[in-house]
Amino acid sequence: MKKKLVSLLLALSLVLALAACGGNGEDKKSGGSDGPITVGVINNDPNESGYRTANDKAMRDTFTEANGYKATFYNNNDAAQQIATAQQMIQDEVDYLLLSPASTTGWDTVLQDAQAAGTQVILFDRMLEADESMYAAAVVSDMPAEGKTAVDWLAAQNLSEYNIIHIQGHMGSDAQLGRTGALDEKVAAEANWNYVTQQTADWDEATAKTITQSVIDSGKPFNVIYAENNGMARGAAAALDAAGITHGKDGDVIVMGFDSDKWAFEEVLAGRWNYMGLCNPLQADTVDTIIKDLENGKAPAQKIIYTPEQGFDAATLTQADVDKYGT
Amino acid sequence: MTTPVKEPKTKVKRSDESLLRRLTRHQLFIPLAALALLVLFNLIADPSFFAVTVKENSLGNPVLSGNIISVLDNASELVILAIGMTLVTASSGGQDISVGAAMAIAGSVILRMVCGGQVTADTMQMPLILAILIGIVVSMIFGAFNGALVAYFKIQPMVATLILFTAGRSIAAWINNNQLPIINDLAFKYAGTFLPGIPVPTPIFITVLVIVLFFLALKFSNLGLYTQSVGINANSSRLNGLDPKLIKLMTYVILGVCVAVAGFIRVSRSGSINYSRIAENIEMDAILAVALGGNALSGGKFNIYGSILGAYVIQFLTTTLYKYEVPSTALPAYKAVVVILLVVLSAPVVQEKLASIRKAPAKAAKEVS
Repeated sequence: MKKKLVSLLLALSLVLALAACGGNGEDKKSGGSDGPITVGVINNDPNESGYRTANDKAMRDTFTEANGYKATFYNNNDAAQQIATAQQMIQDEVDYLLLSPASTTGWDTVLQDAQAAGTQVILFDRMLEADESMYAAAVVSDMPAEGKTAVDWLAAQNLSEYNIIHIQGHMGSDAQLGRTGALDEKVAAEANWNYVTQQTADWDEATAKTITQSVIDSGKPFNVIYAENNGMARGAAAALDAAGITHGKDGDVIVMGFDSDKWAFEEVLAGRWNYMGLCNPLQADTVDTIIKDLENGKAPAQKIIYTPEQGFDAATLTQADVDKYGT
Repeated sequence: MTTPVKEPKTKVKRSDESLLRRLTRHQLFIPLAALALLVLFNLIADPSFFAVTVKENSLGNPVLSGNIISVLDNASELVILAIGMTLVTASSGGQDISVGAAMAIAGSVILRMVCGGQVTADTMQMPLILAILIGIVVSMIFGAFNGALVAYFKIQPMVATLILFTAGRSIAAWINNNQLPIINDLAFKYAGTFLPGIPVPTPIFITVLVIVLFFLALKFSNLGLYTQSVGINANSSRLNGLDPKLIKLMTYVILGVCVAVAGFIRVSRSGSINYSRIAENIEMDAILAVALGGNALSGGKFNIYGSILGAYVIQFLTTTLYKYEVPSTALPAYKAVVVILLVVLSAPVVQEKLASIRKAPAKAAKEVS
């Protein structure tokens, strides 16, 4: 008797679940907003850097039930794992797949599957190599522009000679390519711009410190540190401090960093660093707006939307900027 | 030294052996030769490598600066880990691959304590010594976890420690609610940089202290004897009244202490932490240090000074490569060359060949006389 009751209940719930599914499908077609919008968010490891921590947190804070979403989150720096999870999410029929790919290639199958299943793909933070028709929108940072802004700022400092310690991020990443590209071009073009060393520290503060320390120990003169993120700039500055080399606004060495960490803003504000290129980790709001527009049948005006970014100078940075942009 | 000259396998009497041959058979020969090679290379390529100058740091303290100081300073964490790794290797015949992740945990705990849960703290919220002690206790618990898996559940050390290797960095992040804490209190950074008025980097003092402590422990306690006998033959040591399981567990707990000290040095260098990058791949360097020191990775007899020397050799190599601007991504490849040489040299086939080469001239000499 009991068994029968249980099986009856199970069968009933199955029917209900199916009915719910059907309902959902209809919703999707009519673009109604009765139930929550289901989204699958695939991001990188939040512990990778302060930038990523802020990025991940913004996504989690925006795609909440209170905001009308039912979101599943997945974090991994391994593209293969990301792809497997993306496929699972498409099978689970999420309405939107939000993607920050760990690598720029290998996503063709996922994008095709998503299109076949009617799942809309929105890229955030990082680009991938695919035709624009394969995704609904991309909200990303313009890395080459970031690099260009920084290099233009450096050129405007009018030093008689530029001897640069260039500390690179993870080789092959979107951010590294953009930020390195602009500087490489300038160093190749100008006779008085030289690399003292050009090394990758893989976003790591300790490695950046070691690289800088090694240059100091070798006794080669330098006057610029161009670190491709704030953590590495911090490591380089620590090596300068240990050797008694002054840096920042009134110092001998120009220190430059990237991203948006609040503590780094404070370094610039205090004049210990000279420049920070903002890389805005907060795409969540823009993505949210795009989804709400799509739900109302309004496609975004542009496929690729660059988050507004700028460079901050120790001479002009204000506390208001720190409060506004710091994460 | 715990292991003096090894008994030669050949029938040649010791008195017949030349000094050179005895030297090459000494356990410390390989790390010493490697060190000599590196020193020689730098002397020829650029003697200024060895220059040590006194500079004034940004706080106005006089500090020593130079590549040699960098080697001694930056090797600190590795040396301390290598000591613990040697004991673990000797007792269990396997290695702990979770030390890097465990360092992240210890560092995270210490930062959480001194920051008092805030993201940025300008002053320490807890006496530093208490924070370190908590870090050590947590690290010992994780060490005991590894040790229990190895000793009581008889899981291969590399497999057992794979668990913490995988999970450790996430645990470290979780301890601080996925935030990256920063402490700006200068006193916190004394241990990782310089004490006011003292020109030698503090990590060097800490390392010397750890080495002295282990020297005393090995000399005045049965730690070394028990560890070796368990590693050589667990059954016979059990019959002799030792508890092999307990001793294996103990070595992992001791490694836990080493990990906490190394983790503390690492976080106090910068006053912050990056969970996924801190001490990345340091486990491989620590194991390499043990091997470079002439210790069998299959356990048993060990020479802790060999491992210490091995660790300094690795750091010397790293610093040399940085000086010559070898891309930092290529460093592992150079280390791999060292590993290949070591493995090939210690392979039984090569050892036999070498022994026969040694034997041949000795025989020839006899025939002539």
